[in-house]
Amino acid sequence: MPPEKNSDELSFPDRMLAVVRKFAPDVERLDKVLRLSGGASQETWSLIAMRGGAPERMILRRAPAGVPVVEKISLETEAALMQAAERAGVPSPHVYYVIGPQDDFGRGFFMSHVEGEALGRKIVRDEIFAAIRPRLAYQAGEILARIHAVDPAKLPDLPRISPAEEVATMFETYRRLSAPRPVFELAFRWLRERMPPTDAKPRLVHGDFRNGNMLITPQGVSAVLDWELAHIGDPMRDLGWICTAAWRFSVIDKPVGGFGQREDLMAGYEAAGGAKVDPQVLRFWETLGSLRWGVMCIGMGSRALQSDRPVEMSMIARRTSENEIDLMRLLAPRGE
Amino acid sequence: MQDAPQPADLLSAVAHYLREQLLPTLTGHHAFQLRVSCNALDLVARQIVQEPAANDAELERLTKLLGHGGALADLNAELSQKIANGEVTLETPGLSDHLWATTLAKLAVDQPQYGPYRHEAGRGTQQ
Repeated sequence: MPPEKNSDELSFPDRMLAVVRKFAPDVERLDKVLRLSGGASQETWSLIAMRGGAPERMILRRAPAGVPVVEKISLETEAALMQAAERAGVPSPHVYYVIGPQDDFGRGFFMSHVEGEALGRKIVRDEIFAAIRPRLAYQAGEILARIHAVDPAKLPDLPRISPAEEVATMFETYRRLSAPRPVFELAFRWLRERMPPTDAKPRLVHGDFRNGNMLITPQGVSAVLDWELAHIGDPMRDLGWICTAAWRFSVIDKPVGGFGQREDLMAGYEAAGGAKVDPQVLRFWETLGSLRWGVMCIGMGSRALQSDRPVEMSMIARRTSENEIDLMRLLAPRGE
Repeated sequence: MQDAPQPADLLSAVAHYLREQLLPTLTGHHAFQLRVSCNALDLVARQIVQEPAANDAELERLTKLLGHGGALADLNAELSQKIANGEVTLETPGLSDHLWATTLAKLAVDQPQYGPYRHEAGRGTQQ
């Protein structure tokens, strides 16, 4: 990317160093400032801060000034959620500093770098995770119970999404972007007939808790990431999403993230203080999860030619049928 | 009619060149995007080969299920409508078999390596 300069013509790494020194005055210099990923509106940077000659790896999540925010929640809210999660005992990167207007450095926050593997494919297959895999579903359950125990009143304002609203939004997107699909129609009808009771107390919902958004080491879950889809809603949604077939990476006999069993997820959840899980409600959210990922695949195809990855996005659209077979396995199983 | 090589064969030849000769010269973003592009060419080649018979079979099943013929897209729209309003359900004879057969035929083109597809295709399309 082109170097960003501000009015006094400091280079981007120098401006970054000036902000880092606000929370870590003893940092001598920054090494290996690398942009990891992100779209046009949000960036993720990796940097090494040298403190007393010792390297400390940090992560910066940032939106440059003047770029319109398209994400559902702001970076400031994301930082607040990670701080709340850490206080609640959820493995989480530590937020060092939230960038303010006085910093003239856009918006975002600095956090600690946490070691761990995020690639779901590796987590379900690599030998180094073989010993921990059978314990990950239970750990995921414990972590979700802690997230759901966070008091929403102590958080910044978050969107409230009920199951019925979510189904209606998905249906509208599907109808707008796709030719009629009989399997999707079957799934929408099935969901509408089985809406979970909405009298449950609304909770903080991570929104994208799955294999791929957790860092895993041979010792277990080292961090929960990606709070961009957090909202207030039915906590069972998080349990259903991590059971959604798309995150199993083809390991079909391990429904929880391709690494574990539903019984272990539920046991960990209940042992750590989570509410008793109704398997029928879990099934509702798992089914919604497959339909949701299917609708998202359709959406990618519709934006393919406007993106810088047109073939990739088009090919994701042709993975919509993966969700159709997953839905058929849920709604019209042919037996084992 | 056109002479050999047929479209699917030409696509396979292009994918072979891109994979074996061009891909090793690339890294990073372009290597990844080229790999995805080769997968897309393979998908199109599978579709060219499989689509005619798959569509014929789908049309035959839909005609039986709905009691009349028509264009495939129209029949799928009609079936979708009947499922949405509850007129056709999983208890309707033939619906489950039809949706399974159609879904498996899609996956055979789209993602034949997908785990659940390999599992389900391994047992055949008959109950």
